[in-house]
Order: sequence, then C-alpha cells, then structure tokens
Amino acid sequence: MPANSGSAGTAPETSGLRDDALSSRGELTTTTPMVELIDVTKQYRSGSLSVDAIRGVSLRIEEGEFVAIIGPSGSGKSTLMHILGCLDHPSSGTYRLAGVDVSAMDEVDLALVRNKGIGFVFQQFNLLSNLSAWRNVELPLVYAGMERHTRKETALGSLARVDLADRANHRPNELSGGQQQRVAVARALVNEPTLILADEPTGNLDSSSAADVLGLLGELHRAGRTVVLITHDAQTAATAERIIRIKDGRVQSDEATSTAASNQ
Amino acid sequence: MGHRLRSALTVLGILIGIAAVILTVGLGEGATTAVNSSIADLGTNLLIVTPGSSSSNGVQGGFGSATTLTYSDARDLASRIDCPDIAAVAPTADTVSNVVAGSKNWTTDIQGTTTSWPKVRSRTLAAGTFFTATDVANENDVAVLGATTAAKLGLGTNAVGATITIDNIPLTIVGVLASSGSLGSTNEDDLVLVPITLAQSQFLGSDTVQTIYVEAASQGAIGAAYTEATDELLSLHQIANPKDADFTITSQASIEATASNVDKTLTVLLAGIAAISLLVGGIGVMNIMLVSVTERRREIGLRKALGATPAAIRRQFLVEASVLGLSGGILGSGIGLIGAEVLPHFISNTIAIVWWAVAGSIGVALAIGLGFGVYPATRAARLAPIEALRSE
Repeated sequence: MPANSGSAGTAPETSGLRDDALSSRGELTTTTPMVELIDVTKQYRSGSLSVDAIRGVSLRIEEGEFVAIIGPSGSGKSTLMHILGCLDHPSSGTYRLAGVDVSAMDEVDLALVRNKGIGFVFQQFNLLSNLSAWRNVELPLVYAGMERHTRKETALGSLARVDLADRANHRPNELSGGQQQRVAVARALVNEPTLILADEPTGNLDSSSAADVLGLLGELHRAGRTVVLITHDAQTAATAERIIRIKDGRVQSDEATSTAASNQ
Repeated sequence: MGHRLRSALTVLGILIGIAAVILTVGLGEGATTAVNSSIADLGTNLLIVTPGSSSSNGVQGGFGSATTLTYSDARDLASRIDCPDIAAVAPTADTVSNVVAGSKNWTTDIQGTTTSWPKVRSRTLAAGTFFTATDVANENDVAVLGATTAAKLGLGTNAVGATITIDNIPLTIVGVLASSGSLGSTNEDDLVLVPITLAQSQFLGSDTVQTIYVEAASQGAIGAAYTEATDELLSLHQIANPKDADFTITSQASIEATASNVDKTLTVLLAGIAAISLLVGGIGVMNIMLVSVTERRREIGLRKALGATPAAIRRQFLVEASVLGLSGGILGSGIGLIGAEVLPHFISNTIAIVWWAVAGSIGVALAIGLGFGVYPATRAARLAPIEALRSE
C-alpha cells in the first residue's frame, strides 16, 4: 500500500546550512550532538503502582560514534532505547535528537524521523511473516513515499549489502535466525538513516550469526553511521567504542573501550 | 494472515445481505412487470360486474353464487343513452359440461356470451370467426373453442366446420380462439363459447349471468363508466341505497393495485430483512477488524517504528475493511444473479435483474466495509508504537 509519510514534497537538495537540523526530508544532519539526553526520567504506571524505569539520565552521543548501552535486565536500557528511537516519550527531562527537541514534534514528525533518521534492529527481528525478505526491507521505503519501481531496486541493493541477495524472495520462516536478523539490518539501512538503534540484536542468535550481525554493525559504524547497541552481554558490548553502563535507571559508568583505542 | 476463516465468515454475512437485496428488488420488479403486462393484456378500461354485494351488512350471497344479474341487465348497460361511457358489454353465463367430438370427449367450461366478448376480453381468433349477433338472436347451434379445448378434443385449429356435442345438442364450430398466454390459475384457453341465448335456454335453464364484463369508452372514462353502471343497475334492481346493492363492480386496475400492494408489503418486509442482514454483516466487519487490530498490535508497532504515520496505518486497515466489504458485495451480487436465474424454476414468480440494484448493492457493501472499518482503523492508528511493539 503506498503510504506517504508527509515527505511528498521532496524539494531538491538545498545547499548551505539550515537552522533546523531536522531537514524537511527527515534526515538528521548536524554538527551538534546526535543524541543529547538531559536529566531524562521515565515512570510506568500500572494500576496504582508507579515504576521508575529511568531515574535521571544525562548523556551525549556524537555523530559517528559506536556506543553500547549495557545493563542487566530491568536496568532500564530497553526503555532508554525506546526513548532514543522516538518510540516512547520521557516522563521528564529533555531529549534532543540532532539538536531538535523531540517533545516538540507531533506524530507525523516523529513518523518521519523514525522512517528517515533512525534504523531499528530488534531482538525479535520483527519481520512480517507474510512478506518475502525484500518486501520486508521495502517497508520503510513505502512509508517514505518512494516510487514503486525504485523501491524494489533499493530494497534488493540493501539485501545485497548484508549478503542476502539470493534470499530476496524467501519468507522469514524459510530463513535461519541469523539470516532473518540480517534482513532486519538490511531493512534498518534501506533509508540510509544516520542513527542505528540495535536492541539486543544478537540475543536470539547463535555465536557465529551473532558475530555476523555485530560485524555488520561495525561496518555501518565505519561507514559513518551512529550506532547504538543495547545489550546485557559484556562481550557483545566490547565490539563498540564506548560503553555506557546502566543500572537501576541510572548511568553507572561511561568509558571508551579497548576497541576504540585500537581504532585510533 | 491467520484469520482467513473469520474473514470468510464476515464476507459471508455481507454476501447473504447483498444477495437478498438483489433478489428482493428483482422479485418486486418482476412482480411489477408481470402486473403491468397483465393489466395491459386485460385492458385497464375493464369493469367486472358480479352478483352479490360488497356490503357486509345483512345476509348476502357469496361471491358468484347469487343470481341477481340477468342478460337483460347487460343489454341495458350496453345502451348508449343511459350509459354513454360504456363502449361494450359482454355478459357470461357459465356452466361446466362434457363436450364430445367424434370419439373424444372433454369436460370444460361452457360460457354463453355475446358478440362483444372478443373485444371486451381483448381476445383474437386463430381460425374462423366469432359467432354473430344473428347467431345470438336466433339461439343458433354454433360454438367457438379455446385453443386448449380444441387440442384436447383432437381438433386443433382445423376445427372450423366440425361438430361437437354438448348435452346431446350438436354444435357447429365457427372459430377457434388464439391462445391468451394466460397468467394465473384460471386457464383462459380451456373453454367453449356459445351464444348466451343458447346457453341460457339449453344448458342453464335460467336467464341469469355470472359476470358482466363492461368496457369503458376509454381509460379516462372508467370512473364515469363505473358510476353509470352502478346507477343503471341500482335503478334496474330498484335499490335506493347503494349500500344495499346486490352486485359488485370491480375494475381490473383495482384488482391489480391490490395485488401490487401485497407485493409492495412483501418487498418492504424482505428489504427489511436484507437491511438487517447487511447491518449484521457490517458489525461483523467491525468485529473482525477490531480483533485484527488487537492481534496485530506488534505489526502495527513495527510499522510505526519503520515510519508509518497514523494516517498510513488508518489507510491500511480501511483498505482491508473495504476489501472485506467489496468481496462480500461482489460475491453476493454473483449469488444474487445466479439465484435470479435459478429460483424462477422452483417458484412461480419471475425475478427481474435490476442493474442499478446490483451496482448499488456493491456500493453499499463497500460503504459498509469502510463505514464499519473507521473505528477499528482509528484505534490502530492511535496505538502508541511502544505499547504495540511490546505486546506479545
């Protein structure tokens, strides 16, 4: 179904700087921090119980960084990822994405940011089971309002980047877990987002598939993308350049890894 | 998608409603067409005078059993001076008797009448001529056969000149009626027509008649003809109060109007059932779409995470709901059209296919899908992405 997410008026690429870091096409282009959280909290209310998932987190992630957010389950790292991905709103505090205050955006703006600015990779893969691999990869393009005939080409190109061009017509249940997650990565890439958010991307994978997926994330980082990896596993986190430890909804530590050192 | 069966059942609900609408409208239209054509066949300027009264006061003879009308009443109605708006009058004196032709015999309706009968009843002859005024005046032993009667007696249309015997009286056949293509239960083609004078003296032994067919000068004059006939008969029968009339005059149009009123009542009833069925179908669409939205929360959340706007999600569910409605509409129309072909073989009614009803039904089905899909689609569009994604 063709869906126009409001970016129909794709004006020709304008040159020069703009005040608004969020361009009209939803791309995040800025020299300010990619992600800036200032004293963000999040409470969940279930009945009369109020649970503090995040109790005041402030952090900055610069463009092009490869950051792992690590913490045990229940530490609030998934909630943090949802807030970073504009899937959820903070209860208090400020979240600036590429310099723009997310709380000021409406549903359509947020949809545009999620579509063009952010690529998601989930632990559960979240592929639509009734669609073939390339149709799954195509979805963000559909919502971006891309024309039908260029969509397939672009989707197949993205599948080729994760080495799955030959599986384009397979349905998710005909693919291994590792292959499914690579399809999910291809889908996250297809709109060329600047920020990649991966929530436990290796949680459901065997070690060699996990290594494949982490390798892909590393490649994306080297290609200049900002990658945020959420995990509970220290070894997985070690592939990043910087590790932010979360516990009980607070940042416990924030340090560069040996990977970062060896890269420099 | 894991809800094919439920979708099929929902489509079935709409399908039944749509098929019912098409058949109902078709039945109504078929009945109207039949009524109209029978009015045209019988002539709308026809009045039928029968003995007995429309009054419910006092003791009255049953319809057709009274013997209050005579041949002389009919002759007076035919008077151009008293009844200028009456063009022709044909009384009939009926009896049932056995007719013998050579080695064959057939029991049928013997009707004594006058020369006006073919004109008043809008009938033509397939062979020969109708009997003449002279035949009526002289009680000549002549007869005109209905097509069916001629066939049953083994005479066919070559019957003219042959002789038949009724109650031991030999009659010469002068004509055979063309087939009437009759509608309804009474067979208009199985009868023997003889001069009324002959029937009354030889077969009935009385001068009463069962029916007087009165033809008004024109369709517009039917009201005047009705009044004239009533006044004439009241004065002939010396009845002061019209409520005590010993005869009943009905017009063909009023009979058909009653018939079509009955049809209308039936049509409204059936249309009501069809409307309820469509409403239930629509509720089915809403139900399955709500279930679908609940079951697919994860998918909705994912689509939102991938950049679907609320409008895009709403559109997706509206399209699905209208596909349900539209398939119900198209399949229902198909069933309706098949039913319109097949059903008339089992029932006596004709079903006319009304194309605006078919097109309208498909439109209504689509509108039902869309209309009842709005609420579920809006709910889907309003789902918060994270709540949708988190649900298992």
